[in-house]
Amino acid sequence: MRAAFVAELTALLAEDPRTALVLADISADSFAPAAHRHPDRVLNVGIREQLMIGVAGGLALTGLRPVVHSYAPFLVERAYEQIKLDLDHQGVGAVLVSIGASYDRPEAGRTHLSPADVALIDTLGDWTVHVPGHPDEVPALLRATVAGDAPAYLRLSILTNDRPRGNDGSLQVVRDAGPGAPLLVAVGPLLDPALAAVEQLPVTVAWTHRPRPFDTAGLRALAGTEVILVEPYLAGTSSRVVAAALADRPHRVLALGVGREDLRRYGTAGDHSRWHGLDAAGLRRSVTAFLAPWATPSR
Amino acid sequence: MTASTGPLTVGSPETGAADAPPARARLPEPVAPLFERIRAGRDLGANTYSTVDVLWVLYDRVLRITPATVDDPDRDRFLLSKGHAVDGYYAVLAATGFVPAEWLDDPTSATSRLGGHPDRTLVPGVEIGSGSLGHGLGLGVGTALGLRAQGLLTPRVYVLLGDAELDEGSNHEAIAYAGATGLDSLTAVVIDNGSATHGWPGGIAARFTANGWTAATVDGHDHDALHTALTERTAHRPHVVVAVVSKEV
Repeated sequence: MRAAFVAELTALLAEDPRTALVLADISADSFAPAAHRHPDRVLNVGIREQLMIGVAGGLALTGLRPVVHSYAPFLVERAYEQIKLDLDHQGVGAVLVSIGASYDRPEAGRTHLSPADVALIDTLGDWTVHVPGHPDEVPALLRATVAGDAPAYLRLSILTNDRPRGNDGSLQVVRDAGPGAPLLVAVGPLLDPALAAVEQLPVTVAWTHRPRPFDTAGLRALAGTEVILVEPYLAGTSSRVVAAALADRPHRVLALGVGREDLRRYGTAGDHSRWHGLDAAGLRRSVTAFLAPWATPSR
Repeated sequence: MTASTGPLTVGSPETGAADAPPARARLPEPVAPLFERIRAGRDLGANTYSTVDVLWVLYDRVLRITPATVDDPDRDRFLLSKGHAVDGYYAVLAATGFVPAEWLDDPTSATSRLGGHPDRTLVPGVEIGSGSLGHGLGLGVGTALGLRAQGLLTPRVYVLLGDAELDEGSNHEAIAYAGATGLDSLTAVVIDNGSATHGWPGGIAARFTANGWTAATVDGHDHDALHTALTERTAHRPHVVVAVVSKEV
């Protein structure tokens, strides 16, 4: 996904003089050709994340469309107050593009894990959040996002589904188990493990790459009584959205995602998926337990 | 008085202090009645008074901005980073016609546009919303870069900070980067009333000049010295004006 992002943004910088990029050393080598061609609009501030967002706010105040890119914990967590004040409070937008996700590089340890990024962005105003599930989804998403003015967060990952499924961000039904069936909503790269998990279960599966704004109309149209969220970041990040959307209906929600605990373990991304119960087997266990009285043939 | 690469002190705020009237009695004439109007009998701290001279010199003699050009891309930008210095700021904005004087009568009320910290979306002429310290200089660097990237080479960007505000590390990210990249459209103004808890051994200007800035240290109440310092510029180097004021009113 990072390679797709670098290629598309390099093209956008050449096409649109309104586009700018702010870096804090991360990926600077990848953007060196763009920086050479557009030295005034490709700005590497060094390892200075507060300044990175402050500069983006200033660029936006002059009418440019800044893209800001770094590793997720440095982009969102370290510079959170700058995002809140230098962008939101000034009434200007930027496109934040992160890599690293929840545990793309677990060998680096806790400092490089960012499961809380989407929840943090969700504390702000009207941000759009995109969590693509495949590298081929990135170019169109980036292009459409940069073309606007609104604040947006693109969360890139090394975890991907087998094939791309781009759309406008509304819930896309991937597997239809019929009216009233439990609804599983998988976000971004967790679609494939979610599909594998419920292969033998009567569960409708919908997918989105856009958890914010969440497609609440689609949710209301598809949801019966049981809703299962499968999110590749902090578990429960979208629970409040589902609760509000279904407030007028009796319903149950199972919110699956990355746990809050610092596991203090290294290993691989696959290990962390397993430890957080986000591999197919773990998801199957959680979903089966959640549906236990209802998923049996005697229903 | 010329810009220098090292700290340069012209005059002293202490000189003649025994004979001079207190700062509150020496507010610039066009601002004084408006300042009294927003003060409304409140006992404001010395730091509120200490900023008024710099603000007045900027708006009266330096900044290329008027109420008619608040949205002109080619205008100079003034960013108040130490957002608590609002009473003098609002008084100057009223004195220069950016906001109606009546707005000064109910600051921070439920219906007022004038808060205890300024909001750029509520007050004409205010370039940034501030309050939390250490945000203005980064925004100023970005603003200067954005203007340069669009070929707008005339506007200057002024950012007003306090000496205690420099405690925030974010400022030092901006100081280092602006110096390294020779951002010569940027001028920082540091009001130095000696309020930084641990001080700045070696002087405030040295923090900037070590990173390639030019610097002038002047009496923060001397309008001519401020004007000269604020209009200094050197190609490929950002500039800082350290305006020294008394901690006492």
